Amino acid sequence: MDGEAYKKVKISVQHLKKNYGPLEVIRDVSVDVLEGEVVCIIGPSGSGKSTFLRCLNQLEERTSGTIWINGQNITSHTVNINMVRREIGMVFQHFNLFNNMNVLRNLMLAPVDLKIATKDDARQTALRMLERVGLSDKADAYPDQLSGGQKQRVAIARALCMKPQIMLFDEPTSALDPEMVGEVLQVMRELAADGMTMVVVTHEMRFAHEVADRVLFMDDGQFLEEGDPETIFGNPQNPRLQDFLKKVL
Amino acid sequence: MGKILSVYGPLLLTAMGQTLLLALYGLFFACIIGMIVGIMSVLKNRACRIFALIFVNLIRGVPMIVLAYFIYFGIPYFWNTVLQIGGLTLSALQAGTICLALNCGAYMAEIIRAGIEAVDVGQMEAARSLGLPYWRSMHRVVLPQAIRTMIPSIINQFIITLKDTSILSVIGFPELVNTAKNVVSKTFMSFQTWAIVAFMYLVVILILQQAAKLIERRLKRGRRSL
Ligand SMILES: Nc1ncnc2c1ncn2[C@@H]1O[C@H](COP(=O)(O)OP(=O)(O)OP(=O)(O)O)[C@@H](O)[C@H]1O
Ligand SMILES: [Mg+2]
Repeated sequence: MDGEAYKKVKISVQHLKKNYGPLEVIRDVSVDVLEGEVVCIIGPSGSGKSTFLRCLNQLEERTSGTIWINGQNITSHTVNINMVRREIGMVFQHFNLFNNMNVLRNLMLAPVDLKIATKDDARQTALRMLERVGLSDKADAYPDQLSGGQKQRVAIARALCMKPQIMLFDEPTSALDPEMVGEVLQVMRELAADGMTMVVVTHEMRFAHEVADRVLFMDDGQFLEEGDPETIFGNPQNPRLQDFLKKVL
Repeated sequence: MGKILSVYGPLLLTAMGQTLLLALYGLFFACIIGMIVGIMSVLKNRACRIFALIFVNLIRGVPMIVLAYFIYFGIPYFWNTVLQIGGLTLSALQAGTICLALNCGAYMAEIIRAGIEAVDVGQMEAARSLGLPYWRSMHRVVLPQAIRTMIPSIINQFIITLKDTSILSVIGFPELVNTAKNVVSKTFMSFQTWAIVAFMYLVVILILQQAAKLIERRLKRGRRSL
């Protein structure tokens, strides 16, 4: 038997639908993500990529369907979503660092406030994570004193301080100047190499090609095609995907 | 002018003290009302939002002098005579405080709502994505940022409220305008008396405005200090 089959399913999405009023943004999507897998989602603007990602940690309430995280049905009414979110880090396009706190306090806020760690432990973890993203010297800086690339690396470190099992990225490099994209992708590459389960919405086709275990192409609220990067980029089947790739490559 | 100052100066100063006292009481409760109603108006819960909307528009749609008469005369009358429950008397200070608190509270609620809405929704989302509950996120992340943008408007509202205390002379609270009226009726020196009163308001308000500028500058320079 194939060794892959023994891998734990980290995220399981079944018949997910999301409407905004009459607008169907996600139309009956089902997908599984395995432990340690890096899944990249590509697709045109407005196709529902962000909405899909935000449903995974319930920042967006789904209309119907079921989502399991670590085998727990997080769409059930009895689940405490705040507990679930501790396991799922999220990185946003616009960083969303807390502007009223310096970098260190950004990183320590949730672990300390949720009493997951003592102040000292949280500080140590924070400093370790800052080192991991190459920003040890910025612990005392405020968000407005950082470049875009630095902000995004802090945002990643902040998510990591919760020691999540899953990381979600929503176009983490789209708001960056080109020269800063590399540093953020590098951090993500290392994270992937460390075995983090990752779902990444991205327009960086090279990154997807290089790092993804699987690429999903979303269009009009559905995954029209999925496969390993070689196939998706080298031999796309769906005409919409072919069209999309022609435009972005 | 000199005669008024020497004879009635202390009286007018005391009245100014009463004005400030009334304003302070009113502002204290206005802050509480404004905070509660302001936050209610950004909640997901529809009942809360509708309540906040009605409160704010009701208060803002009624002139304060009407509100003052209503609270001071109307409510005790209704309570004691119509409902026949009896025993409710409001002092002018109590009625004045309620009146100012409601009036200023409605405007504060609007300032606070606008302040919260001015904070990027991404801040709340980032906090929630880390597993922080709604109120923790509000308290730790959103409100501190909202308050920073609100402070100039809040101080401005303080100044307006201080001036509004003069309206409460109609219910007989011995604040500055009411006292000045008495002085005028005794001395017939209305030009001098009102000039002095105007000057007294002006001084207090100028001081407040300077304080506002100082705070604003500090906020701009060192966002860290708050
Ligand atoms: N809060 C909302 N209310 C109404 N419609 C929304 C809302 N959020 C998103 N939409 C709509 O849902 C659709 C999908 O949006 P979504 O942000 O998921 O797309 P996307 O694939 O992430 O696009 P992009 O690449 O531009 O980020 C769009 O048509 C958008 O207009
Ligand atoms: Mg998006």
